[in-house]
Amino acid sequence: MTLSRKNLLQSSIVAASTLGEGGFASNREAQAKSLIVLWLSGAPSQLETFDPHPGTLIGGDTKAIATRAKGIAIASEYPQLAEVMDQVSLIRSMVSNEGDHERGSITLKTGYRPDPTLQHPSIGAVLCHELQDTTVEIPRHISILPDQFAARGGFLGDQYDAFKISDPGRYLPDVKVRVDEARQQRRLNSLDLVEAQFMKGRSRQLDQELTLHRHTIDQALKMMSSEQLKAFELESVGASEKMAYGDSPFGRGCLVALRLIETGVRCVEVNLSGWDTHANNHEGHRTQAKLLDPAFAALIRGLQQRDKLDSTLVVCMGEFGRTPKINGVAGRDHWTRGFSVALAGGGIVGGRVVGATDPKGEVEEPDHPVPVKNLHATILNQFGIEYSKEVMTPIGRDMMLSEGRVLKELL
Amino acid sequence: MIKNLVVLLLPVLLVSVVLGSWLQVEPMPGPSWVPSSATVAKIKPIVEGINREFVAEWKRAGVEPTPVASELVLVRRLSLALMGTIPSLQELRELEKQPESERQIWWLAHLLTDRRFGDYMAERLARVYVGVEDGPFLIYRRRRFVSWLSDQLMANVPYDQWARALVQAEGIWTTQPEANFITVTAQQNNPDEIRLAGRFTRAFLGMRIDCMQCHDDQLGDRWKQTDFHHLASFFAGTEMTLTGVRDKTTEYKVKLNKHHEEDVIEAKVPFAMELYPDLGSDRTRLAQWLTHKENPAFARAFVNRMWALMFGEPLVEPVDHIPLEGPYPPALQTLAADFVEHHFDVRRLIALIALSQPFQLQSRAGADEQEVSLAHYLNHAAFPLTRLRPEQVAGSLLQAASLKAIDADTHIVMRIIKYLQGDEFVKRYGDAGADEFGVHGGTIPQRLLLMNGNLVSERTDDNLVLNAAAQLAVSTSDAKKAIEAAYLALLTRRPNEVEAEHFFSILDHSNGKQRMRAFQDLYWSLLNSTEFSWNH
Repeated sequence: MTLSRKNLLQSSIVAASTLGEGGFASNREAQAKSLIVLWLSGAPSQLETFDPHPGTLIGGDTKAIATRAKGIAIASEYPQLAEVMDQVSLIRSMVSNEGDHERGSITLKTGYRPDPTLQHPSIGAVLCHELQDTTVEIPRHISILPDQFAARGGFLGDQYDAFKISDPGRYLPDVKVRVDEARQQRRLNSLDLVEAQFMKGRSRQLDQELTLHRHTIDQALKMMSSEQLKAFELESVGASEKMAYGDSPFGRGCLVALRLIETGVRCVEVNLSGWDTHANNHEGHRTQAKLLDPAFAALIRGLQQRDKLDSTLVVCMGEFGRTPKINGVAGRDHWTRGFSVALAGGGIVGGRVVGATDPKGEVEEPDHPVPVKNLHATILNQFGIEYSKEVMTPIGRDMMLSEGRVLKELL
Repeated sequence: MIKNLVVLLLPVLLVSVVLGSWLQVEPMPGPSWVPSSATVAKIKPIVEGINREFVAEWKRAGVEPTPVASELVLVRRLSLALMGTIPSLQELRELEKQPESERQIWWLAHLLTDRRFGDYMAERLARVYVGVEDGPFLIYRRRRFVSWLSDQLMANVPYDQWARALVQAEGIWTTQPEANFITVTAQQNNPDEIRLAGRFTRAFLGMRIDCMQCHDDQLGDRWKQTDFHHLASFFAGTEMTLTGVRDKTTEYKVKLNKHHEEDVIEAKVPFAMELYPDLGSDRTRLAQWLTHKENPAFARAFVNRMWALMFGEPLVEPVDHIPLEGPYPPALQTLAADFVEHHFDVRRLIALIALSQPFQLQSRAGADEQEVSLAHYLNHAAFPLTRLRPEQVAGSLLQAASLKAIDADTHIVMRIIKYLQGDEFVKRYGDAGADEFGVHGGTIPQRLLLMNGNLVSERTDDNLVLNAAAQLAVSTSDAKKAIEAAYLALLTRRPNEVEAEHFFSILDHSNGKQRMRAFQDLYWSLLNSTEFSWNH
């Protein structure tokens, strides 16, 4: 048993080190290079966002508005997004089996149900692992305003965990050297000496095979002196551009995400909490819409202006949806059958809709149900990654990157 | 007349019936083990037996074990394993006052009787029983659960007793903290039998049959989908009532793979059916079966986990996937048998592991130019290198910055600082969650945090009240002694010649502010070393 652990450790590192050279381009038309996940933590109601059913018993008082995409109506609280819907497609029939926040988060972020025996990597970690890049001096997987279930490297290793930012646009903590250059050099020289003592009698490959200690120190030092750090800050950005995203941490987070992917970052997750509306659902969702609408719309416009929309896939989702039935305290509870996900850019055709839910809320199963794994297969496919490729996991089981199939309707 | 006699005797009869059944359920355990020269001498033969098993293994594999580690390396290992932090300078000075031959036992006794042991071990074990999630609001109290577990450990309550308490827990989660084992799984107010069955088998039997929830085992093991659901059935009637967790009689129905209709699945144990008692509620019988002395999986699972907690990796990997019928690595069966025979005495088990040869070995080769090979690690012929957990790094950092031990007796201000700063630091450093023994390398945020982070900067600055670096720089005029003290406080060892000379050349000619800075730099370099962040 121990044998497999140690062998795996080695084999996974061999795999990681050879990956930079090629990747697995199966999708020749792959356009996506970066992913931005707008994570709606708490689980948004599909009825108050992308799948309104106005005038029905389940619809409540939510109204729908027509959008720039012919035939697609969304909740009236999203007027700015409606203007760019020709770039956005919707899946209105997502289905999952996980109605708990933690388990739902893991499922949507990894494409696998939570498995106590194996921690699956989040989609951003898979992208970073599969598509190496040495020109980027800052972390390539970033989580802005993370909740407690931020994207993880899982069995790919902690080096693929998302780098967390809690105050987007202001400053990045811990990147400023605390002492002058001479002292920093003295500290590093002393560190080298101490490290050399520790390495005596140990494997010469210790650092690359196990500890990654020196490796991460070098990465951190590179990052600390990198010009690319500027992508984290918004000081040089004009006030009108900032305002377009809405004056909120989430809005700033979306703008920072845009700047990061411009710098070459592979995946940024921007979290917006506050969707868990078991009571006063409609009021809560109105508040949330004021934050999401300008930021989402401005992000798509910003990507278009910079000619980055084709190479950036934007996915907007939460851990599940909310019940068609409105409960006794005007809230909606957890719902995993027929919730919505919005996608834009990265080769996804805009203005399309996959699936439909019952306007009366009587039929539980939506038309054309889309399991979470199909969403993941589609995302990987857009990056030219062979999603059905098997990777060896630490528990000795081969595991496909995704067990789903591509949603051709969106391509 | 007879009627009167019955009335008179009734209380006596009742008492004896209750006492009788109580005695039957909870036989009095033997005396609990306390480390001393005499008790250690008594367990020596067991330790020697374990060592012989490893020696035979090394011979077969053709590896030469590394030499025995130095006293201070062992002291650091034990502290990290049992209380989650490195020892303080003050504790080390106290240790070195003891006669050399008794130091290891003295240290073991010191740790096992310190509340930090109970609290730390309880937190690690709680991850197995209730995970790290917040759990359902109102009906779950994680802190109550952890402190209850800590109480069991401090009182050295036999493991089978508290395991039974968890499995058959009833009542309100605040007054019966063990009931949180059940309530943490509640969804829509009812405990989830699927999650409970999964946790039960992984935590107490060291088996993973969760995948069998949906299909028969594809790994070639012996389990069937029905085995999982027979276990889940034990928890199917468990519900939340006004008086807390209670069981009601219910039919557990599941639609099995390839079946068209739901089947009623009865509660049934997966093996050793002969140990399953005839009387009692489903869950009490499950608890009795689990902790039966002849249920081999129960003790084995705990031994493997305790080994993992002390070494950073288990004997059988993964920690909760132990084959029911072997083969087993050296020590596992011997330790499990001793654990059962000695009333599931956790302290005794810890002592046996701590005194075993694999625990005492160096993590590096005997000579500088040699290398520890993969074969060494595979055969327990060298102590494994494992990354410290975030709370261990935070605890060690705060401990290193204070010359005295930060424990329950320390000034309240220090404890608040320990709690608040440690917590924030752990969040930033990245908690590994319930994933206890995965292979983890360091990450960039961790390095940034230790190189430039607030906590490191504050803990090494000029603040004389709190910081060891400043205290040492000011109070120790002898540079050599000050360097030694810094090494002891941070790395639990003395500097070697090269290191001593290097830092002496920097410190010797400095004074005042300059000397303070040189000291902070020394602290910084040691804090950022691999040695500080890894157990070795």
